Amino acid sequence: MSTDSTNHFLRVVVLWLVSSVIVTAIVVFVIGPGMPPGNGSVEAHGQVIDNTVLLAVATPVAMAVLVYFAYALWAFRDREPHGVPVDGPAIRGNSSVQFWWLFATTTIVLFLAAYGSVRLLADGSGGGQGPNPIATPAAAKTDPALQVQVIGQQWQFTFRYPGYGGVETRDLELPAHTLVELHVTSLDVIHSFWAYELGVKADANPGIDNVVYVTTNGPLTFHVRCAELCGLWHGYMFNPGHVVPRAQFASWIAQQQQQFAPATKALPPYSKTYFPEPLRRGG
Amino acid sequence: MSSYAKRLIGVAVCTAVVCAAIALYIGLYLVNVPGSVAATPTAGASNLYLATVAAAKGTDPHPTWVSYYAVNADDTNWRHATTFVLPANSIVHVTIYQFDGQSGLRNPFIAQATGTIGNNFLLDGKPTQAIDPDTASHIFAIPAIGLSVPLVGISDNAKNPCANAPCPLSTDHYTISFSFRTPSKGLYRWQCFVPCAAGYIEGFGGPMQTVGYMDGFIKVV
Repeated sequence: MSTDSTNHFLRVVVLWLVSSVIVTAIVVFVIGPGMPPGNGSVEAHGQVIDNTVLLAVATPVAMAVLVYFAYALWAFRDREPHGVPVDGPAIRGNSSVQFWWLFATTTIVLFLAAYGSVRLLADGSGGGQGPNPIATPAAAKTDPALQVQVIGQQWQFTFRYPGYGGVETRDLELPAHTLVELHVTSLDVIHSFWAYELGVKADANPGIDNVVYVTTNGPLTFHVRCAELCGLWHGYMFNPGHVVPRAQFASWIAQQQQQFAPATKALPPYSKTYFPEPLRRGG
Repeated sequence: MSSYAKRLIGVAVCTAVVCAAIALYIGLYLVNVPGSVAATPTAGASNLYLATVAAAKGTDPHPTWVSYYAVNADDTNWRHATTFVLPANSIVHVTIYQFDGQSGLRNPFIAQATGTIGNNFLLDGKPTQAIDPDTASHIFAIPAIGLSVPLVGISDNAKNPCANAPCPLSTDHYTISFSFRTPSKGLYRWQCFVPCAAGYIEGFGGPMQTVGYMDGFIKVV
């Protein structure tokens, strides 16, 4: 057996450092801006940043695996096809390796835990927070948010605007550059309100008021889908939604109030949750 | 013939039988879909006649299930079909003979008609925009195009109700008619929104979850 004096560790570390710097830069500056779900709202933009950070943290880890794999294929290949491959000595009790392994993994995990907590507590990150939200956007403390109730039922979402006479509509339209407080609930089974381009996702549970905040950006067409398997037509449970200029929203909501005046008269008073009757034929 | 050859033939035959059985099962599943009915063309429009009844025909696999049926204009020729073939971008006049009782709406918002021409419908010939949500028996809705029409149920005190399909016009019923413009070519689902499935949790199981009863497709061609 020949003695190999090459410092493979140093070579791998240098290759890893160089490739990590290059690929991480590509991830942050090239791939990152195109990450889902886009910039349809402040929360969606925040999720783009979060996804970029997660990918940037994961990139050096992935590069370590790939660089070592490629280096091993090149440097440690069997150059004597008729010989018997001999494995290297097992690494046991190397305190330096153990220390750096624990240090690196602990640092990454603690950083991600802290980062995720801070980001989540800032504005809820577009997720449902239940009936008593603790992650309220700062803007909500100075200006009241536009309240919109999302009502799920088999198999469609409807939307109620308590600030506009409690009118209920088939379509979701929101004013641009506005903080919106969505109250998500259901009249029957569990649904999930998912407005992908707005970065909003919240379960719709019967008897539960699930609050989620979203701050709209400019005009946008987005898609509302149910993200919880809810029965026969779950796959068809989707609507388009629109973020429009404020003047256009004012005109639209006035038109909705007029069109749905007969239905509004029949609606129960606005409530955070509903326990609808009838169950005449319910088993 | 050697025992090995016999065993080989036996395994081959058994495999072929199992494969044939699986193919038959899948084939029957694929072809066992509710039938379709085409709207009757007239000058510049089409006509579609439907009926709703509290329980299907006695010969139906689920004779106790509430159901829609396709019928002729004079309420004859009841066919268990919930896929309706309609021409694209045209006016369709729909008439529904409603024989079922009242169930009530979970969401009163749906008591108002939308998506029809004029945003209303005729209830026994009378223009109507919305009904009392508690009297709703069924809804005919095509959510993708915003069409929704509430169907009033016959009173609990009706003197001559019809329990099972087919129901003659001499029994208690309402006649609901409306018109709407079909969208471009495609397959659209329609459904009822009233929790009208008797005996099922929240009234939304069984026929509400099965194409061919309170759900179906609009095939626009």
